[in-house]
Order: sequence, then structure tokens, then C-alpha cells
Amino acid sequence: MYDFTYARVSSVADAAKQLKGDDDAKAVAGGMTLIPTLKLRLAKPSALVDLGGVKDLAGIKVDGKTVTIGAMTTHGAVAASAEVKKAIPALAHLAAHIGDPAVRNRGTIGGSVANNDPAADYPAGVLALGATIVTNERQIAADDFFKGMFETALKPGELITAISFPVPEKAAYMKFPNPASRYAMVGVFVAKTAGGVRVAVTGAAPSVFRQKDMEAALTKKWAPDAIEGIKQKQDGLNSDIHASAEYRAHLVGVMAKRAVQAAG
Amino acid sequence: MAENVGIGASVLRKEDFRFLTGRGTYVDDINRPGQLYAHILRSPHPHANLKKIDTARAKQAPGVIAVYTRHDVNEDKLGGMPCGWGVKFKDDTPMKEPAHPMLATEKVRHVGDPIALVIAETRAQAKDAAEQIAVDYEILKPVPTINDAIKPGAAALHTEAPDNVCYDWHIGDKSAVDSAFGRAHKVAKLDLVNNRLVPNAMEPRAAIGDFDSANGDYTLYTTSQNPHVIRLLMGAFVLHIPESKLRVVAPDVGGGFGSKIFHYAEEALVTWAAGKVKRPVKWTADRSESFISDAHGRDHVTHAEMAMDKDGKFLALRVQTLANMGAYLSSFAPAVPTYLYATLLAGCYATPAVYAEVKAVFTNTVPVDAYRGAGRPEASFLLERLVDVAAKEMGMDRVDIRRRNFIPNSAFPYQTPVAVQYDSGDYFGTLDMALKASNWSSFRDRQQEAKKRGKLRGIGISTYIEACGVAPSNVAGALGARAGLYEVANVRVNPTGSVTIFTGTHSHGQGHETTFAQLVADRLGIAMDQIEISHGDTGKIPFGMGTYGSRSLAVGGSAIVKAMDKIVNKGKKIAAHLLEAAEADIEFKDGKFSVAGTDKSKTFGEIALTAYVPHNYPLDVLEPGLDETAFYDPKNFTFPAGCHICEVEIDPDTGNTTIITFTAVDDVGRVINPMIVEGQVQGGVAQGIGQALLESCIYDGNGQLLSGSMSDYTMPRADNLPNVDVSTHVTLCTHNPLGVKGCGEVGSIGSPPAIIGAIVDALSEYGVKHIEMPATPQRVWQTIQAAKGKKAA
Amino acid sequence: MPQVSLTVNGKKASAEVESRTLLVQLLREKLGLTGTHVGCDTSQCGACVVHVNGKSIKSCTILAVQCEGAEVLTIEGVAKPDGTLHPMQNAFRENHGLQCGFCTPGMVMSALDLVKNNPAPKDREIREWLEGNLCRCTGYHNIVKSIEAGAAAMRK
Repeated sequence: MYDFTYARVSSVADAAKQLKGDDDAKAVAGGMTLIPTLKLRLAKPSALVDLGGVKDLAGIKVDGKTVTIGAMTTHGAVAASAEVKKAIPALAHLAAHIGDPAVRNRGTIGGSVANNDPAADYPAGVLALGATIVTNERQIAADDFFKGMFETALKPGELITAISFPVPEKAAYMKFPNPASRYAMVGVFVAKTAGGVRVAVTGAAPSVFRQKDMEAALTKKWAPDAIEGIKQKQDGLNSDIHASAEYRAHLVGVMAKRAVQAAG
Repeated sequence: MAENVGIGASVLRKEDFRFLTGRGTYVDDINRPGQLYAHILRSPHPHANLKKIDTARAKQAPGVIAVYTRHDVNEDKLGGMPCGWGVKFKDDTPMKEPAHPMLATEKVRHVGDPIALVIAETRAQAKDAAEQIAVDYEILKPVPTINDAIKPGAAALHTEAPDNVCYDWHIGDKSAVDSAFGRAHKVAKLDLVNNRLVPNAMEPRAAIGDFDSANGDYTLYTTSQNPHVIRLLMGAFVLHIPESKLRVVAPDVGGGFGSKIFHYAEEALVTWAAGKVKRPVKWTADRSESFISDAHGRDHVTHAEMAMDKDGKFLALRVQTLANMGAYLSSFAPAVPTYLYATLLAGCYATPAVYAEVKAVFTNTVPVDAYRGAGRPEASFLLERLVDVAAKEMGMDRVDIRRRNFIPNSAFPYQTPVAVQYDSGDYFGTLDMALKASNWSSFRDRQQEAKKRGKLRGIGISTYIEACGVAPSNVAGALGARAGLYEVANVRVNPTGSVTIFTGTHSHGQGHETTFAQLVADRLGIAMDQIEISHGDTGKIPFGMGTYGSRSLAVGGSAIVKAMDKIVNKGKKIAAHLLEAAEADIEFKDGKFSVAGTDKSKTFGEIALTAYVPHNYPLDVLEPGLDETAFYDPKNFTFPAGCHICEVEIDPDTGNTTIITFTAVDDVGRVINPMIVEGQVQGGVAQGIGQALLESCIYDGNGQLLSGSMSDYTMPRADNLPNVDVSTHVTLCTHNPLGVKGCGEVGSIGSPPAIIGAIVDALSEYGVKHIEMPATPQRVWQTIQAAKGKKAA
Repeated sequence: MPQVSLTVNGKKASAEVESRTLLVQLLREKLGLTGTHVGCDTSQCGACVVHVNGKSIKSCTILAVQCEGAEVLTIEGVAKPDGTLHPMQNAFRENHGLQCGFCTPGMVMSALDLVKNNPAPKDREIREWLEGNLCRCTGYHNIVKSIEAGAAAMRK
């Protein structure tokens, strides 16, 4: 790891100020992606701005139709939350299968979504549920948030403070993990929401995306066999030592069907 | 004895307390006063000429004490990394043995090849400074795979081997094999790959060099399975330090599996550097560094054919193997695909003729050497897969064809056509036990039930043999070993009757501190808490060859038995004197020396005290003291064998394989501690499952390692593995005093063909005859798609 | 250099560290607590698992400075001061749940956190919980048995 200066801030405003004043500074939430990256000397930030001391960024609030999760809420807390389990069980299930228990005790929803790792789980849930990303500056619809591999709509110094999930009618997440890293090789989140059916795929491509053909088919008929014949296109999908684009494309179909089945 | 701690008892381990409380002492836990840290700059390129290396800026970096390169190695006239085994070409000329410098000289030959050693006050400073070294590379075309290496016109790694061939060796009677194939009723053929693996012991390698300038003594603390071998190789061939001035300590070591047998450059580098900077120097590998600097395992490409008569009897076996040595010859690499592989190709079968050719090649990859099983997993995988194919070819049942060809129990000792002589075994016995334990006969019902759930269920079997307990020195020497392979034990009876055993073997998970103590408790009749096992320090232990090849009990344990015999014999002389009886009338049992047929006796403790306080003692004919050393050179290898049966379910939609049950019945000879044997087999099977389903070390066409971290290389995790049902069936080894054979490697040798056999069985409805390892979800799915395509076409 | 103060195994500790110093480096190199191990550099192996403020975390993936004021429990703090093993440690011994011992501290620390969350974990639950703890020796069979037995002993 290259050395850097470390600052533990007590407010989002303070963090934003520090980040805006130094282009090479980076915010750290749980650090589950950032610290391994630093250890391998793949990044060289001048400063780390630690959000761990900011009060009120962690926590889960549920009103009738919306689940709002503070950015610094750990995956473990989401997985264990009785309220999330009740309102959006698929989201609790997703959180319960990120990384391993020790990672879930540190990793946060805000960090995961802001990082937009192509194989992360949360982006699929955020996109499929049509969540709203709340930042210190504005509210961003999920459809406008994920821009590409490790790219989001966040501007320099803009920090996620919470994510609001509308409670869906039905939803489920199914992932086929990469055998080595256990990140999603293909993860499909399906949701039947007030705004229609949404299917989001993570792990398969450089960034999370919506599978519109499946959405259309499931809108007509919400059942696994409704998407039986829909083939995910291989173009633009990831290909690596664990899964070719062809295999990933196939798994998108399998995981989607299983997710619809699980959603009931 | 009040407590049952002797041979055959599942005694809980003496070593566990320190490990469970975080107080083991692994190399990286050791810190010496004034210690510096080393970081090694390694090549990012697989193949390049090394032009200029500029260390000027690095030497000025904060905290840096020294930066060493080829220039310094040359100036100090140091040697290169030695190879401990020579193999010959078919025409009897010696193998090509190119230099293996500890810091690269004119070329780098694999990603990870060490170029410079940076020594600084902290580890981070050493790493920071290494980035300041400017290296001018002239990139050469890489040769990353076996097939690349043998292509005509391939770039040569070494001038000594212009065709990249290290050796082209053979064994067996070619003309007998050819003639048998000529009269064969049917021939089964198989092409297969034995996948390349990264051993990945959980403790990364580490080394600390320490130099005492007052008297010129060097100490190396290292993560080694055999500290005396390191002392010998490093002292004699690399640093030219007499053994008397060099102490090598291998304290608690966090797993080895072969990868910590070898003498590595880092050990020599820190020892040498400590002498130069006159301060201790510590190096600890990062895991990513382990991936490009620890010796890898396996990596064969093989074509094999079995000739059969009309009854399915094997007439002859013909094998052609290409083996990857990597960029340089690691310590024992040449022996692995030859004497540890081809000599096992007869398997459990009475095949009268076997002929194998093995061509070893250099590639721009990390050196390949012994990894758990070393050669024998390659042999058993090939042979057991081929036997399955042979059964299919003959339309016979997989079990029947095995039974039909087994070496009968009456045939031992059995001379195989590939040099080795099996001393004992009961292949029918282990087979029958495993069939029963796995409910083999009712499998098709379970398969039908699985089918209703949409799952493909398969069952696989492997009846393997291996050779271990390495090794008779004269035999090994005749086969090219450049060292003896005996073992040494010193039994020191202390004046009050407690016993310290100094063994030349090394325990890095095997539980020697317990098992060896059981041997002593059993033989000398003393309590476990009066016995201490000392290992891993050339400053304490007379000599030894270390732990690998499942040799510790068969060879090291036998040495302890031999030394204890000497203790008992001397004790009898002392007892005869004290009891005023003839030595011939003294019996030793349950810790007592007694005069036969009387109640006159002396305890072991009394005899010990007398030996050290020799007031009433036959000083004219007997030395005082009770301290004996024995060297034990085994008369033969040992031959554990057994039957592994695996049952899997495949999800045809994803290609994912789940192991439902795994049954292992192993004949490892006499069992000293069943709990430990069971643990060894379970661990070995886990590594076999890793090889069969998960693990694969992959270089891309540019010679870059794609599976270079634990995020990319699939390590077996708890949820990948089944519970493993282990049982033993004992036939005694006939030539060592304990009757033991060895249990450390059977799991990784026997299991892969059973697992792959199960997958092939599950996929047989698609006409699949073989699938390569690792049978990852992707590979299984692709295999199904390809087979469906074939059927459709 | 930054100063960090925390409580480790019930005792106050403080040390000067670099910002880039990891908690595991602080424990091993500054505080002499070498029971916590480092087996990888990609946060996969779990040999470094300790408890921070009562939860299992990977001490190789958290900066020492992030632990200012934290309560840290390492393997050295699990047995009683008189050396009596914790029931979970004892279960590992009785079930041969360790061989080389290198992954063992992390396994025990993870197991203790599991039992906090699930006092009677079953085979499959234990295997899933151990996703972030690698062992190369045992094949996990006896580790799973140990944790089942340890949890049962802790319920008594």
C-alpha cells in the first residue's frame, strides 16, 4: 500500500469538502473493495476520508411503501433486519449472500453502490427495484445512476447518504457465484413493482443492466416459462477464465427463471 | 499403562494447545533484534533479456539499507539453485540442466523470476524502493505451455536446451508392449491433461536470515519441510558456508504439501544478505507473490492405450506423457514425472507389460515440482480413467474389469513391469469394503430419484495404488537421486526418565508430536507427558531428510523404533547389573525391566537414573548415559492402496457439480492414531476434489498468470466439500518394523479419478467418455452442449 | 505518524502507526499478538479474522487508524487467563479440527461469531458461514464437526 493521509470526518459536509479540495482523495466506507485495491498497489490516493464516524448514515427506515437504507448500513445489518426481511425479503437475501460474514460486517450498501463493481450484487437490487439513490446533493433514479464499469452518476465530492427502495409486489435475486472470488458471475434480480416488471443483471457485463426482453415477457405473464425462449445476447458480455460470454448469457436465462420461480 | 495412548489409540494432539491459543511460532511470528525487511523485485515479463538494471534511485530511497542484483551475486561468487535429481535421456545421456540463478542474470524466464533484493528498515519501505529500480527488458517471445514449447521453431528458454526438452526418458519393455498390442482383442485409448495446480499452503513462505558476526555463524529460519536438506543444498551449492556454521530452523510451519520441500532462492538471499548487512533480514511472501514464486504442481499432457484380451484382461499399457518443468529445474522436479509417476503405472493390476515415455520440457512458467502425491496422482488419474474407458470398450462393468485384473493376494511380493516390487496389499478387500460403505449396488435407484428432480447423478470408482515411504537410498541413487533418503532419530532418555526424541522429519500439520510420542509410550511404557518430540532445527537434531512422500512414520518412525531398541538393549545391560542377573534373562515390558520368571524388576526411570548417576554401574564394560541415535534406511518403498467412491449430482442447467457422498477405504498399513489418519485422508481428498472440480493454474498466451490470486484461483471452501467417509483396511508393510505404509497422500492420489468417473457416469446419457479437470460448472455445461450438438448432428 | 488507541483483549493499547498500517500489522508487529495470521492479500482466506466491537472482521482489510477507540478481541484473548480453553477451542482439539494450525485462529474467531448469531448451527449453515475462512489441511470435515460440538458445549 502506498501511504496516504487519513481523515476521519464527522459529517457528510466535511467529507464532501475534503474530497472536493483534493482530486486524489478517496472516500472510504466499509473499505471492502478499496482496501484490497490499495494493498495490491492498484490505486494511489493522496488521502482517505473515512465516513465511519459520520452519525446517522447507518440505519434502516421502513414506511408503508418504501425501505430507506442509510449508506453506511452494513450488508450484515440489512441481512439481519426483520423489517427488510418483511418488506423486501429479496433484498435481505441479496445482502445475506454478499461476500462472507466478516465482509458483511464491514461492507456497506453505499460503498457497494458507489463503487459499481461489475460483479457486485447490490446494483442489481437497486436497478431492478427502481430504487432512488439519495446523495448529499440530490436524488438520482437507479436508471440514471449506473453508467459503466466502476462508473456512476456521482460527481466529485458527491456522496451517497441513503438508498430508497420502493416495496415491490414480488421480487427475488438469484446469483451464480464466480467459483474463486464468489462475486456474482451472473446475478439476476427480478421484481414486479408498481412501475412494472424490472429485471436487472449483474456480473455478466461491464456494468449492471436491465434485461428488457425478459421484462416484456414477464409483464405479459409472470412465470418462469414466460422467459423460456428468451436468449440473452452474448455481445458485450464479460468473458474470463471462469465463464465465457456464451456461458454467462446462458446463465442469465437460468438465473432469471429461477428468480421468477423463487419470487412466486 | 493407565491411559490408552499406545499404537492404535486416537490420542488428542499434544500440539493443539499452542495453535488454539494463538501461540504457535511460525516463521513470520519470529522477530530478531535489529531486523530488516527484504522485498524482491520480480519480473513482470515471462521471457526477456535483462539489459540494464539501475538501482541508484532505489538505494537512495527512505529506509533502504541495500539493494542487491546479479552483480553482487557474481562478485560474491555464489552458486545457483541446485537440482537434487538427475534423469537420463533414452540414450543414457544426462538431462539438460541449465543454471538456475538466485537473481536473474542475462534473462528472465517467468513472471516472478527474482531480479533484485531490496533491504530496508520496514517492509513498506522495501516495497516502495523496489518501484524505483529501473530495469531495461528486451522482450522475447514467451513459451507458456507444453504445446508451445515443443512446436518446431519455438523460442528457446535455455541455450543448453535449444528444443526446450529437458529429457526424453522411458521405462518398461517396449517390444513386449508392442507385441501385446499386436495380439490385442481390443484397445482402449485416452488423451488427457493433468491440470496445473498451485499448492497454496495457508502459510505463505517466509525466511529470516541472521548472522552472528562475533563467531561467523549463520541462522536461517524458514518455512521448510526439511531443514537439513536446505542446510545441505544452500550451504554446499549456493552460499558455500560449511554446515558447521549454518543452522536452519523450520519452526511451526503452516502446511507444505510438497511446496516447502524445495530450496528456494529467497532462503539463500536473506541468509547471504544478513551476512552482508550484519543485521537480520526477514522476507515474507504476499500471497500473490506465492503464486509466482512457489513451485507449482502437476501439468501433464498424456496419451495412453490399454491392450486387452477377449476376456477384458489387460495385456499391455502404453503411455506417452509430456511434462512441464517450468522455467527452471526445481529441487526434485525431474523425478516427479518419471520415478514417482511411471513406476506406478501398473497400478493394482497384473498388467504384464508397461511402456512409458516421458518428455519433460521447459516453459516460461513458474517451476513445477512435487505437490501432494507428486507423480502418483498423475499415474492414478491416467490409469483409473483408462480402466473406465476400457470397461466401456469391452462392455464390462467398471468393478468387474478391475476385479478381473487385480493382482491376487497370493502374488505378493509382486514385481511390476515398471521396476517396483509391491510388498503387500488386498485390493479385493478395500474394494469390497468401499462398495458396501457407498451402497454401490443400489446406486441406480438413487440415480432415478435424482432424475425426477432434474438432476444427473453419477457414481465413480478408483482403485489406486501409490508408492511412498521414500526411499531406499541405494535404489533412489541408482535412479538419479543425489541424496540419501534414510531418516534419523535420536532418543535421549533424560536422567529422571523423561524422553526427548529428536527426529529428522518435520511436522507441519501431520501431528508427529503426538503420533511419535505414541510410539514411545507404547515401546518404553512411559506417560505421554514425559515425552517430547523435537524437530525442525539442525542445531538440535543430528540429521534428517525431512517430511514428504508420506515418509515420516514409515521411515522416521522406524528410525525412532530402531533407536528405542538400542535404548532397551542398553537398559537391559544396566538392569542385569543391578538385578544381578544374566542379560539374556532380562525382559522389558510396560516400562519395567524384570528378570524372567521372578518378581525382581527395575523401572525404566530407575534404569535411566542409574545410567546418569553410575555409582553402581558396570563402567568397565558400559558407557554411562542413555542416549541413542539410529539411521534407518528403508528396504523398499511402501505401497498404500485403496478404493475411493464418489457420488455426484449435476445441475444440467448450470453445469454445477455437487459431491453427495465420498467414500474412502484405504490400506495405509498399521494405524498408529486413527483420528490423525482420518484427518490426513480427509485433507488429501479435499485437495483431490480441488484438483478434480475447482483448481486450475492458467497462463494466457502471453505467459501471464491469469489465476494469480485467491480471487482468481479457486480454492476449495467449506461449502464446496462433502463430509468424507473414511475407513481403513490393514495389510501390514512387510519390511519396516512398524508395518506402516503412509497416509498423507492417499487422499489426493485416489480421489480425482473417482470424482471424474462419477461425472462421466452422470453424463453418460449424452455419450460423454471423458471430461478434463477441473470439471468446473462451465466445462461441464460446455461438455453437455457439445455432446447434445453431436447427438443432434 | 498517527497514534491509535484501542482496547485489545480487555487491555488498553496504543501505538504509532502509518496511515496505511493494517489492523493485523498493528496486532502482529506492534503489539506482539502473532496469533492472528495473514494467509492472503485479497481478503479471501480469513486467517486474520478478529472481533472488532463484537463482530468478526478481517483484520487485513481494515486500517489500524479506523479502529481508534475500538474493542478488539483476538485469539489470544479467547481462553481464560489461567489457560483453560474456551469450549470452542476445546471442541477443535477434541474433534481434530486443526492440522497445521495456521487457519485455526481465524476459524475459531469466525465460529464464535457464528454461535452469537446462531447458537445451534447445522452442518450446511456452518459451511456457508465459513465461506471466508480457507483451510488447506483438513478438508473442513472436522472443522464443521468441531464447530457443531463447540456450539453445543457453549449452550450448556
